Formats: sequence, structure tokens, C-alpha cells
Amino acid sequence: MKPVEISEKIYDVGVIDWNIRDFHGYSTELGTSYNAFLIMDEKVVLIDSVKKDFSDELLRNISRIVDPGKIDMVVSNHTEMDHSGGLPRVMHRIGEGKPVYCSAMGLKNLQKHFAHNLNYQPVKNGETLSIGKRTLTFLETKMLHWPDSMFTYLNEDKILFSSDAFGQHYAGCEAFDDQVDEHLIMLHAKKYFANILLLYAPLILKLVEKVVDMGLEIKMICPDHGILWRKNPNKIIEAYVRWSKQEPEKKAVIIYDTMWHSTQLMAEAIAEGIHEKGVYVKPMKLRDSHRSDVMTEVLDSKAVVVGSPTLNNGLFPTLADFLTYMKGLRPKNKIGAAFGSYGWSGEAVGLIHQQLEGMKFKMIDSGLKHQYVPDSQGLEMCREMGKKIGQAVLDS
Amino acid sequence: MDRYVCQICGYIYDPAAGDPDNGVAAGTKFEDVSDDWECPVCGASKEDFEKEA
Repeated sequence: MKPVEISEKIYDVGVIDWNIRDFHGYSTELGTSYNAFLIMDEKVVLIDSVKKDFSDELLRNISRIVDPGKIDMVVSNHTEMDHSGGLPRVMHRIGEGKPVYCSAMGLKNLQKHFAHNLNYQPVKNGETLSIGKRTLTFLETKMLHWPDSMFTYLNEDKILFSSDAFGQHYAGCEAFDDQVDEHLIMLHAKKYFANILLLYAPLILKLVEKVVDMGLEIKMICPDHGILWRKNPNKIIEAYVRWSKQEPEKKAVIIYDTMWHSTQLMAEAIAEGIHEKGVYVKPMKLRDSHRSDVMTEVLDSKAVVVGSPTLNNGLFPTLADFLTYMKGLRPKNKIGAAFGSYGWSGEAVGLIHQQLEGMKFKMIDSGLKHQYVPDSQGLEMCREMGKKIGQAVLDS
Repeated sequence: MDRYVCQICGYIYDPAAGDPDNGVAAGTKFEDVSDDWECPVCGASKEDFEKEA
């Protein structure tokens, strides 16, 4: 795409990955972008690189503004390869002796990614660098979302280059939040938070406090994925605070899989019971819903109800996958419940119960098992369980 | 001496090794590490650590 001048003499020279649908196990149904930024001051600065396969496209985009050989320095806010993979190619083109500014952890991590040593210049938290009329301030943001992560703030223009934070996997010709459907973009920002950042929620709250204490005025937030926030940057900051606090909404999600539809019948009857209490509920079958979309629902659901048939004396494999994934993301303040149909042994419900308890979910009861196909009495028990869950959500 | 685990990133503070890069000498008990010390991997504070089970 043609570079976009996002502020005077500052360009988004990044690339769009229209076709990616699986981003290390996260479903990117809209594609994504790898944003990179060029600041034309007395010094020419490139902020971040792109995924390796897109290096030449990045260089072509830069060439539409300036000869890449004229770039004086590069800032690497984050080592992950969708933002650093192009670095060796870019440095080869612009001059390998040119400085690459990164955090102290960035130095360690970049050296473990690329065999060829570059002129890495580690910076400290709060350190500034004059580039002519403008000044860059580097802010360490460890574990937002890797140990090396940092933000770069452009003092005069009040632009925050925020690396992966505040990003969304969205591919589009539009550059800014005021050019796209706000609801759609917030949904993808939420999905990004739920799947990438949730486990670091306590650190995010501290970081936002730190930025507020520093009194940084922010006119624009430029993440490394998706659209840039200029209409109201506070909106996404406030959303991050809200999501980090983990105060779920009064809603429920039912996550299950099924072999001969018995666990599905149970899931839908439980949903009916929850709905009867006036609580929003969404049943999601794991072979039809991607784990990253399910996790997005988990983020703001008070009740997380999990069901599995018993297969070979254990959990159905998609449940084992999802429970491992959810555990790692450490959701808090949840009500939990387990259910499932079985043939003869029926271990799955107990295994789910144990795992949810391990995640400190407040369990509604010991779980609901039904042998083979639930009859009308069995379905009534599911509806009753649903009502109990719905009531617990309302009382929370 | 007890080892302590960072609840944010999983780093383990081992008193036998200390954290010499950040001014904590080998052999320093976790309790004696300064309160403003931060996890060398993720920057979490001392209160985010729990004794290794």
C-alpha cells in the first residue's frame, strides 16, 4: 500500500498481510497489517520492521518517501518476528553500521534471533533521543507483551508508537479509527487483548497508571497491527483498563464439543435455563468456533460453562486444547460449571471440574453428567442447572 | 533457602545465584532483597513473587 502521512513528515510505511488466516494459532479472519513508521526530521528514523517475507515491500514503501540508504537509525520496539524479521534485510539495505535502538531485554533477545550482530544501542526507561526538531522518549513496557517490549513516544507530535499494545488484527486500506466501523475494530482490539495480553492484566494496569502519572499527552496511538487511534485515543486506553480489571459482564458462555449430539443437547438446554433468567448466553462448539474467538467471549463473561463427552476415559481433545489455552491466559473472577454426556465411564466432567477449580473459578456444583442420550427428564436437569448459573450471574 | 517464583512470567529467584546484574549478591535470601527490586525478566515487583511450591 502507498505510505500514509499520519502527521507532518511522519509516514506509516508498513505492509498489509491480506491473506493470513492463522497467526500462530490465533484466527485472523480479516488478515492483519505489520505497521512501521518513518519520521523525516534532521535524522531519518524507521520505527519497527515487518515480517521477513514483506521486507522488500517495506523497502519499496520507504523508497516512495526517501532513499532507504538515507535512514539514519532504526528503533526496534519489539523483538517478535512479525516486527523484527525484516530487520537483517532492511539493515543490509540501509547500512549495517547504523544504530538499532532497543530495550536492554531487546538487545538480549535480538541477538538470539539473528546470527549477524547489528549495531544495537540499548536504551533505558525514560531515555530521550534528539532527532533534530523532534525528540523520542523510550518507555520500557516489559511483558506488554514480551520482556523486550517498549513504546516510543514522539514528544513534539504527542504520538505514541505502542508496538503490539492497542493493536488489532485487521487488514484494510483505511489507516485510522475514524475511517472504519468502530464496533468492528473494538471487537478485534478486544480479541487481541483476550488472546495475547490477558495474562499480563495486572502489569497493564500498573503501566497505564505510570503513563498517567508521567502526564503524557497522547494525540495519536500507533500500534504495529491494524488501524491507528487518532479520533479518541483515550477510548482504547479506557477499554484496556476495563479489560485489565477483569470485572466481567452479566453474561455466560458455554464451551463444549460433542460426538453424537448428546453433549450438544445438554449445552443448548443449559443455555435455555440461563436465558430464562434473563442472562445473555452463547453456546460455542469447539470444532466450529476457533479457540481465539471463544477466548474473546470468555474475557467479559461472568459464567464459563464447559462441557465434554468422555472419549477413551478422558476429555474430548478439543476441550483439552481449549482448557490448556484458557489456563495460560489466566482469566479471573469467573463462575464455572462442568457438564457432559458419556457412555460407560464418564471421567470428562470430573476432569473439567478439577481444571476449572485449579483456575480458581467459583464452581456452581460438582457437575452434571448424563449417560448416553438425555431424555426429557435429563434435559430438565440441564435447564435447572442453567437457571442456577443464571441466578449466580445475577447475584454476582 | 527458599526459591521464589514470579507469578507474572515464571522467572525463579534462586537465592544461591542472586541477581548480580541488578545488584543482588549471590547468597541473598529473597526476604533480604530490596523492596524496589524488580523481576529481571518482566519487571514485576517483589510482591508478585510467591514461594516455590
